[in-house]
Amino acid sequence: MQYLANPTRFLKLANAVLPTVWVITLLLFAVGLYGALFTAPQDYQQGETVRIMYVHVPAAWLALMVYSVMALASAVAVIFRHPLADVAAKTAAPIGAVFCFLSLATGSLWGKPMWGAWWVWDARLTSMFVLMLLYIGYMAIWAAIDEPHRAAMVARVVALVGFINVPIVKFSVDWWNSLHQPASVFRMGGPTIEKSMLWPLLVMGLAYTFLFLALHLVSIRAEIAARKIRQIHIAEIGDR
Amino acid sequence: MNLILALIRRDLSLSVRQGGGVGTALGFFLTVVVLLPIGIGPDQALLARIAPGALWISLLLSVLLSADRIFQQDYEDGSLDLMTMGPVPFEMVALAKAIAHWLSTSLPLAIAAPLLGFLVNLEPGAIWPLALAMGIGSIALSLLASIGAAVTVGLRRGGLLVSVLVLPLYVPVLIFGLSASDPAAAPGLTLASLLILGAIALVSLVVSPLASAAALRSYLK
Repeated sequence: MQYLANPTRFLKLANAVLPTVWVITLLLFAVGLYGALFTAPQDYQQGETVRIMYVHVPAAWLALMVYSVMALASAVAVIFRHPLADVAAKTAAPIGAVFCFLSLATGSLWGKPMWGAWWVWDARLTSMFVLMLLYIGYMAIWAAIDEPHRAAMVARVVALVGFINVPIVKFSVDWWNSLHQPASVFRMGGPTIEKSMLWPLLVMGLAYTFLFLALHLVSIRAEIAARKIRQIHIAEIGDR
Repeated sequence: MNLILALIRRDLSLSVRQGGGVGTALGFFLTVVVLLPIGIGPDQALLARIAPGALWISLLLSVLLSADRIFQQDYEDGSLDLMTMGPVPFEMVALAKAIAHWLSTSLPLAIAAPLLGFLVNLEPGAIWPLALAMGIGSIALSLLASIGAAVTVGLRRGGLLVSVLVLPLYVPVLIFGLSASDPAAAPGLTLASLLILGAIALVSLVVSPLASAAALRSYLK
């Protein structure tokens, strides 16, 4: 990990890995979407709308995972003073927020025909909504504080405190009587979901994960470039 | 310990003598409570049903809006810088200030709120459960508010940001506070909700001083 503390080394690695990551992402999406839209059967109750699941569930997984990545990066920044950890946390936030929004939006598109309402205030939906607000608050901190170093220190606190919500989202369906389906993939005793539906879902999950990896690397690269530009501007002003 | 008590005493007397403390917060609380029936309509049955929720939300907002007082002044006049160098661990300073905020603002509000329930047609039987739940919940509210106050202490326009950051953290308090203070709506859940409310308060008692102190330090460097 310390090896990557040097931004130049990190950029070299990122540039080398990125094309492969993009290709894997596209392949996974091709296979996953084919499985989800063509080979997976209709649900006996939900009919075709069950296919929304293949975009909804991975988006929700990723929304949680990205927040965890953010919190982990913040913890690494606090403990090891790793210079790229703050950049990783900062750039993960907008991507995670989009995944979170995607899961809320697709969930609500599914909820209208299935539950008869766009939105229901139950534990899973509410805690997911709170996750969205936490993402927004985290990004607002970065936007509000001009000095990057100080913003990083404050943002770490916000990310770590907000992490409390992640287990609440995950277990909300077990702790409360929720309208939302209980966990059917990552649970004690193995998945309860039918195999023909499970594999496209898992492939889509992997595809989303690689998509995040690719987008994250790109935006870390962009952030490093932005900081260099900032340094150059400051140096120019100093020269004048 | 004596030093911590002295800190709390100092903050309390400051909040009493400076004005704009609990009086303003109470005024704000009243205004929100009065606005609600105007916005929703004067239907007595409807008001009685939403009364606990209305009072809780007014409490959250009043606590939140008084939160910037926790660290702001001491940050601006440099007292906080001195406190980082004092013999008291800075985490305990942050805790003392949050406790002072609770004693001076949140607790009086939590006591006054159920009594003002008659404005929104609160059931007389709900007054005691509401007071108990708000008393416990307000500890968590002050502690969480102090995190928000610490995170935005150096920003000139931090007020809105505090709300965006802290209100999501208030959601659990609101949920369990409501089910603890409304025995009619959730029978049999009162005790369990009170216990969870206490647990939330205890967790924030641990998290809040650490988080606030870390955030404050980044501004004091």
